[in-house]
Amino acid sequence: MIYSQLQERVQGLGRGCLDAVLALGRISVFVAAVAAHAVRPPWRFRRLVDEVFDVGVLSVAIVCLSGATVGAVLGLQGYVTLSRFGAANSLGAVVGLVLVRELGPVLTALLVTGRAGSAMAAEIASMVTTNQIDGLRMMSIDPVDFVARPKALAMLFAMPMLNALFIVFALFGGYVVGVELLGVDGGTYVTSMEESIDLRNDVAGTLLKSLVFGALVGAIATYRGYTSEPTAAGVSAATTGTVVTASVAVLVVDYMITALWGV
Amino acid sequence: MNQPTSIEERIHLQDVYVSRGTREVFRGLSCRFARGRIAVVMGGSGAGKSTLLRLVGGLVAPDGGSVRVAGTQIEAASERELFRVRDHIGMLFQEGALLDSLTVFQNVALPLQEHTRLSESDIAAEVQRRLQAVGLPETGPLYPRELSGGMLRRAALARAIVTDPEILLCDEPFSGLDPLNVQRIERLLVELNQRLGLTLLVTSHHVPSALRMADEIVFLTDGRAISGSPDALRALGDPRVEAFFDAELGAPGRFAASGVGAGG
Repeated sequence: MIYSQLQERVQGLGRGCLDAVLALGRISVFVAAVAAHAVRPPWRFRRLVDEVFDVGVLSVAIVCLSGATVGAVLGLQGYVTLSRFGAANSLGAVVGLVLVRELGPVLTALLVTGRAGSAMAAEIASMVTTNQIDGLRMMSIDPVDFVARPKALAMLFAMPMLNALFIVFALFGGYVVGVELLGVDGGTYVTSMEESIDLRNDVAGTLLKSLVFGALVGAIATYRGYTSEPTAAGVSAATTGTVVTASVAVLVVDYMITALWGV
Repeated sequence: MNQPTSIEERIHLQDVYVSRGTREVFRGLSCRFARGRIAVVMGGSGAGKSTLLRLVGGLVAPDGGSVRVAGTQIEAASERELFRVRDHIGMLFQEGALLDSLTVFQNVALPLQEHTRLSESDIAAEVQRRLQAVGLPETGPLYPRELSGGMLRRAALARAIVTDPEILLCDEPFSGLDPLNVQRIERLLVELNQRLGLTLLVTSHHVPSALRMADEIVFLTDGRAISGSPDALRALGDPRVEAFFDAELGAPGRFAASGVGAGG
């Protein structure tokens, strides 16, 4: 009795591991196919521009609003904490560093995953459900090239730009709260920020992170949509799966980049 | 445009097995389709009509047996080889499967833009000609969501035939159409078959059309195929075939009687 239960559990664990390895293999093959198509014609420039509009321009409002709010909260919390140690003049440095090195790329990636990544997965999954993907195959058009590539590349291009926008609006939010509301000297705020943020390490680091997150979210969203079951439940699972998987992946990879390269 | 000389073989399915979960769709299905002929695939709901077309198009892999299309063993072909075979095939899906992010014009133009070196003006003229042929000359600027189900299917047919394929797979082309448009699409398919030597596989529940246009009827039942010309099927006297056709024609004995002076 105990032996058979144990055997079932070990078998279940083994199946789970095999499924995970299989999924990893499949997504690797898919990403390799997207990458291979990305460096050879046809370039489908018009489709890429449309997708960058969908991912980037349509995310601007939510990214700016969230950025300003996060910056304002950081300014408030930072001021209260730093004041305890008589270091309120370092508010600019704290807000700037936290935003550029960490919160900017991570929160932008999470926001874009929720808004554009989920929409991307849902669109591709509904194309699977309505046979549009099979329709492309029957026209000898590779759906990875025609559908997945422009979407994944758009995510890669849009993420750094949205990240920059998020940081700018967050710095503005922090400035408004710290300087205009709480009375920190404006010159000190800006100077401490300028002195603490290093172009090569911090700004290049945020660019690296946002590029990696863009590639990650783009790959996961297109893969989950492309491999979804052709049912309404499949569309739903692809959407939810994209948000959950991409969000966790962003946080894990963020730690790995920070630990490995110190940015 | 494709050259119709490149496919010399028939479509040949041999001892094909296909399962969907625990349900066996085909259990040793064997049938062949001669070049330049019109075959109408019939059978009850769930008999596997659409699956048969998807097997021929390489969209479904058989669990067993072989599917040979245009000289290529489909079940063993790579995706690249399948694309080469599909260069010769047009397919009309049951729900149209037009890309909903593109207009009708862009949908119909897409295969020409991808696979030919025609100028934009030539493509525009060709697309307009095909939309005219299916009775939708004004719909070019519309998006698929603006069309009715029947219009969608006709626009999808225009896309399927725009490259003059050698094999045309039509999944329920008459479903949801009014009688005038049934006749229009039937005439168009027969004309394409006669003018281009097109091999046509049509799934349909529309018995009058099937009896008018079919060189061969493939009746799917119990995971296998009973096939032959309409007259051969009448002569066969299989009770499953007769029951199906009589039910569709409205009364017992109608199928047997339809051969007398009906012109096939």
